[in-house]
Amino acid sequence: MRPVFISLLLFLSACSGPVNDPYPASEFGKSIFYSAFTEPPKHLDPARSYSSNETPFTGQIYEPPLQYHYLKRPYQLVPLAATAVPAPHYFDSSGRELPSTAPASEISESVYEIHIQPGIEYQPHPAFALDKSKNPVYMPMPSDVLGRVGAIPDFPRQGSRELTADDYVYQIKRLASPRLQSPIAGLMANYILGFDSLSEKLNSAAKTQKGWLDLRQFPLAGVETVNRYTYWIRVKGKYPQFVYWLAMPFFAPMPWEVDAFYSQPGMADKNLTLDNWPVGTGPYMLTVNQPNRQMRLVRNPNFRGEPYPSQGEPGDAAAGLLADAGKPMPFIDEAVYSLESETIPYWNKFLQGYYDASGISSDNFDQAVRTGAGGDVELSPEMKEKGIQLRTTVAASSFYMGFNMLDPVVGGLDDRHRKLRQAISIALDEEEYIAIFANGRGIPAQGPLPPGLFGYRDGQAGINPVVYDWTGGKPHRKSISSARRLLAEAGYPDGRDGVTGKPLTLNFDTASHGPDDKARLDWLRKQFRKLNIELVIRGTDYNRFQDKMRDGTEQIFEWGWNADYPDPENFLFLLYGPNKKVGSGGENAANYQNPEFDRLFVRMKDMANGPERQAVIDQMVQIVRQDAPWSFGFHPKNYGLRHSWVKNAKPNLMANNELKYLRIDAAARETARARWNRPDWLGPILAVLVLLLALVPAWRAYQRKLQASAR
Amino acid sequence: MRPVLLWTDGLIFLLVAGLIAFVVLVRRHEHLRAPWRKVAANPVAVAAAIVLLFFTAIAILDSVHFRLALPAGPSGAVHYSPEVKSVLDVLSGPLAEQQEKSYSAPFATHLFSRETVTLPDGRQLRTYPRLRYGGASLHDPERGRSGDILMRTAEGLAGGALVWLMLWLGLKPVYGKAASRRTIANTLLALCLISGFLVALATHYHVFGTDKVGQDVLYITLKSIRTGVLIGALTTLVTLPLSIGLGVSAGYFGGRVDDAVQYLYTTLNAIPGVLLIAAAVLIMQTQLESHPGWFETGTERADLRLLFLCLILGMTSWTGLARLLRGETLKVRELDYVMAARAFGVSDVRILLRHILPNIQHIVLISVVMDFSGLVLAEAVLSYIGVGVDPTMSSFGNMINGARLELAREPVVWWQLAAAFVFMFVLVLSANLFADSVQDAMDPRSRRNA
Amino acid sequence: MIAYLIRRLLYALPILLGVNLLTFALFFLVNTPDDMARLHLGVKRVTPDAVEKWKAARGYDKPLFVNARADGLGKVTDTIFFDKSLSMFAFHFGVSDDDRDIANEIKTRMWPSLAIALPTFVIGLMVNVSVALILIFFRRTYVEWSGVVALVALMSVSGLFYIIGGQFLFAKVWQLAPISGYQSGLNAARFVWLPILVGIVGGVGSGARWYRTLFLEEANKDYVRTARAKGLSETAVLFRHILKNGMVPILTGAVAVFPLLFMGSLILESFFGIPGLGSYTINAINSQDFAIVRAMVFLGAVLYIVGLILTDVSYTLVDPRVRLS
Repeated sequence: MRPVFISLLLFLSACSGPVNDPYPASEFGKSIFYSAFTEPPKHLDPARSYSSNETPFTGQIYEPPLQYHYLKRPYQLVPLAATAVPAPHYFDSSGRELPSTAPASEISESVYEIHIQPGIEYQPHPAFALDKSKNPVYMPMPSDVLGRVGAIPDFPRQGSRELTADDYVYQIKRLASPRLQSPIAGLMANYILGFDSLSEKLNSAAKTQKGWLDLRQFPLAGVETVNRYTYWIRVKGKYPQFVYWLAMPFFAPMPWEVDAFYSQPGMADKNLTLDNWPVGTGPYMLTVNQPNRQMRLVRNPNFRGEPYPSQGEPGDAAAGLLADAGKPMPFIDEAVYSLESETIPYWNKFLQGYYDASGISSDNFDQAVRTGAGGDVELSPEMKEKGIQLRTTVAASSFYMGFNMLDPVVGGLDDRHRKLRQAISIALDEEEYIAIFANGRGIPAQGPLPPGLFGYRDGQAGINPVVYDWTGGKPHRKSISSARRLLAEAGYPDGRDGVTGKPLTLNFDTASHGPDDKARLDWLRKQFRKLNIELVIRGTDYNRFQDKMRDGTEQIFEWGWNADYPDPENFLFLLYGPNKKVGSGGENAANYQNPEFDRLFVRMKDMANGPERQAVIDQMVQIVRQDAPWSFGFHPKNYGLRHSWVKNAKPNLMANNELKYLRIDAAARETARARWNRPDWLGPILAVLVLLLALVPAWRAYQRKLQASAR
Repeated sequence: MRPVLLWTDGLIFLLVAGLIAFVVLVRRHEHLRAPWRKVAANPVAVAAAIVLLFFTAIAILDSVHFRLALPAGPSGAVHYSPEVKSVLDVLSGPLAEQQEKSYSAPFATHLFSRETVTLPDGRQLRTYPRLRYGGASLHDPERGRSGDILMRTAEGLAGGALVWLMLWLGLKPVYGKAASRRTIANTLLALCLISGFLVALATHYHVFGTDKVGQDVLYITLKSIRTGVLIGALTTLVTLPLSIGLGVSAGYFGGRVDDAVQYLYTTLNAIPGVLLIAAAVLIMQTQLESHPGWFETGTERADLRLLFLCLILGMTSWTGLARLLRGETLKVRELDYVMAARAFGVSDVRILLRHILPNIQHIVLISVVMDFSGLVLAEAVLSYIGVGVDPTMSSFGNMINGARLELAREPVVWWQLAAAFVFMFVLVLSANLFADSVQDAMDPRSRRNA
Repeated sequence: MIAYLIRRLLYALPILLGVNLLTFALFFLVNTPDDMARLHLGVKRVTPDAVEKWKAARGYDKPLFVNARADGLGKVTDTIFFDKSLSMFAFHFGVSDDDRDIANEIKTRMWPSLAIALPTFVIGLMVNVSVALILIFFRRTYVEWSGVVALVALMSVSGLFYIIGGQFLFAKVWQLAPISGYQSGLNAARFVWLPILVGIVGGVGSGARWYRTLFLEEANKDYVRTARAKGLSETAVLFRHILKNGMVPILTGAVAVFPLLFMGSLILESFFGIPGLGSYTINAINSQDFAIVRAMVFLGAVLYIVGLILTDVSYTLVDPRVRLS
């Protein structure tokens, strides 16, 4: 081992700069944003991408008509590629236009007319490359090209063209394509006129026709091009939330050339697909796609230079967030995302300055954050010394423990079963959970709605009276004895069946099996033991778990939901009866069905935000609290850390195109990295010395042996 | 109280019974005894064997399970608590119950991380709260702690020494005038002192600290021993019939049988072991899911999973021994007296039992002791990949897996990793040392070389 | 020789077929295509209809072994078994469940795996042989005794501890290596030296001990005693006889595992974030990507058989007494 080690030392000392720099020396001092992804993105096709690990890429590349304002709160839609946020025009069943105040029952159709800005250009891409006679260079693909290229940037000829309304229409048709299986196809079929019949036509066409399906040949009744820069979308009935979908990559433009280009034979075998090589008009384009290693976004040279917003929340100017107001974005030249599937290396590299931003896992919490008296958080001295900045936000998500309402023991809407669920809801000490597993980064949920959404209520009016008492100006979880009382009323005095005396055993179904999960599961069992209920953990793999949820054979489970858009409908629909998981395959995982709740939901869905809607939501939340199909968990607080050299950072839970706003001080970063990564040679040298010392007796034995044989 | 016989419990008792029968057999036959004398003369082997026995004893104590009866219900029918306990749980007494809120260091009196506490006057303070059990008897932990620990250590050591003395006197008929009685005495003394120390301190402190949910790490480690020992021991129980049956018949009968067996083990060998195990474990999970009637409690479920894991490990690891046995049988088959027996028309079964088996038993024995440590180590790796024992079960693999994340904390939480390291190291090391000396004593080849 | 090789290759076919059948049975028993579909379509908004479409797109909607609805040869060829399993004999691994070409992926991931496995193996072999030789050299001294004890102690430590400890000390505390990651080309050296070091240290216990017994066996043979009795110096005996003859089983053993180096190290790679075949396999197991696992199982079996053949060949090369017949 010795010679190896010494040659290693020599090799390492020959390198310049920090020896643990994970990036090549050629990137030194450049305006590059360094981040990581924990799971390789699977789909970058805008029709398919729906996972949060894909949005860091899709958000920078695609430009749907709308976006969320970067600085303003509450979240507000502003135009991105469009010229304005479209207001719907309502029509009744006879095609007469209705005033915007018309009641939802009269509206049979809403029409959205979207104007896009002229002069927007796509990123350079071989699909747009034309030869002298204006014919595509790579369609059909010349036979010798594919053998020589491995990635889209390898194509010698690249081109571009202007964005038109047709591209948006083409993409909406793609959502209906059976080959793509867009995750929102089922939902859109409920809303966009003619979506169903297009889907069927495409389905039969896909069976007979191999290769590219030219979607321009298939009309979609609800979506029409008006002129080069304008198109219409006709939505069934009134669906005020539709406009939010227009800010998601599902509604980004897709040129037919690109679709045709990727559909050519031999492309998929080389991973040349839209899922790997997205094409858009956004500020960045993907130039390296190695999902097992690194993804690299580079500034789109054709980007129009959208100006940085010049208005924000009060306080933004003081925080320096308006310093770049009006300047053309983006500011950063490149963004490098490395695969980092574990939290330990991620955190350590962040501390070493090799990642520009990081979250805080519960294991690093005490190192990063100090909580002062009164619960206010601030960074630890070590972080402050490094100039790291902390931003906290309550995420628009909700974690909960669900009871399968179809289960004979925990389900059912009658009083007995309801009390059992209420008792468990009280016993599950979410405050302790948040303290242990999230270091206090979360607020216990009082209902299905997370704060920041319309309909959420704060303070005494917002507490869950089933689980909490309001005393001393704060919610307090009811005592365990009241939970026991409820349990007894439910027919299980002291956790045992009142009739047979059999101890109550419940099953918890989960798909988690990671190292940290054992602690969590242990904690959960501890909570049930407070009621003398034995909780059996039925761990399984993810597939089986999904199966169980679909078949409704689970009993108790954990689930969570991230907002698709900032509207209460997006959370309350998780409890809407017709959305049941069992039978209809919807998102109502608890299979909860309360007719009164369902009636109110249908009413609430189409209402405009206002006191009337608030009243309906209050009623709905109250029903759910009493029925307790969920034991409400918590709404996580996001703690984001950024290094001092990252400017213009403001957490935005809805926007996914944040990269263009950011600015990097690369020189400051290099100084910091050099300071934080001084290698410690003393340790290994000592280790080698100890090893050598251990060999001394061997050497002496050798000498003795030599002498002996010489004699 | 109702005794509960888990599958693995039954098998481990079966194994112990088999072991005892084997010992009796060996004592009766001088030619079998001779190599064991040699093992017994080796001080390292004796010390390792005692440590192994100690671990096995813990595993067996942890394998006697029962469910406590609940107070009679209204219908008068007796019901039992769904919680399955073992003798070890009872013996370790308060260890299982003394749960803190979260991490605490070994011998700590306060939690490891700060928490917001509300003072009696309503003010809130971010501080290290006192532990509920660790050093709870101290009024002023700042000053009283080290004195208290010293006192208890002395008590524990003295108690340990006393127990050792009684053991030493009581065991006199067993060791008699054996050459290695000094080693026996020293090893026993060390074990007694360590146990005495742990017993005296563990009830008042968390000797190895507590884990994320506040469980005593010493308790988890003790529970992990059973998993490790069982995987090592039961897997060989599964392996033996397969490898002996197939290996010996391939070597003895030759021809088609040989071809078939060779094909079977070459095919199995060709698949990378981990992949085969992973696939099989996934199947097992499906089976457990679709048959909820197989188990009544969570413990029984975890136990079934352990059993299946042993079966799977056995199914995938019999090939090596089978190959060895086939080769050895080929050799033995050609020995003069075996040939003679066959010529006389002695039945195959008889020849196999009387002549072949005794001649290959040393290979089986060596492979059993050699495999044991490898299997204990394999459990940790498999649990890391996520195809190991049930995540609710205490095991070294699960401990290491959880502790890995703790190492990234600042300040580092090192005690769970350290505890797993120490116990696992001692277990595997003594198994390795014992296996070595057994091999030295049994293998005629190395006997010639010595 | 060539006839022999062909015969061995023909003999390999039934084994590969067996491996294929076994894995096919395992994977399609555990996970029906329905499960795979739901796993890969994600949690949000998955309808039964989408599942059907997913299966159809991948050819998972076909029957397992016999297609009653097809005509003629299609009865056998238009099945999942033919599509997904038999085509592997032509090294057509198809696409993984996230639509990436597996053969392509194997080609790119092979190199990082080799960059770690090959040096670990070669340097490890040299280190192990040297340690074993040193122990033999100091036979019957306390050096040997303490060396053997140290080796047994080393091999009693779970490999996980080496990795965790090495990463903690070298990367976190001493900041001598990037904590994880990989770059291609010469830059790779910065990333791979630590996993290689850990791999070598982790293997030295069992490796050196095993080689020691091999050398010991050799050292006790009669010709060695004769050589020594003739007055040959201890060093000469060690290198000219023991090392030379002891290396035969070591090298042939090495040849057998050599092809398997391509598969990479499962745990080392996933700990250090090396994008090789080992971490590919682990990820596939965790995400239950059966297409990948099937491909890796098949590849492993092929490499194993290649190793077997290489071993036979290398025996004839080093030992002229062995004839291939």
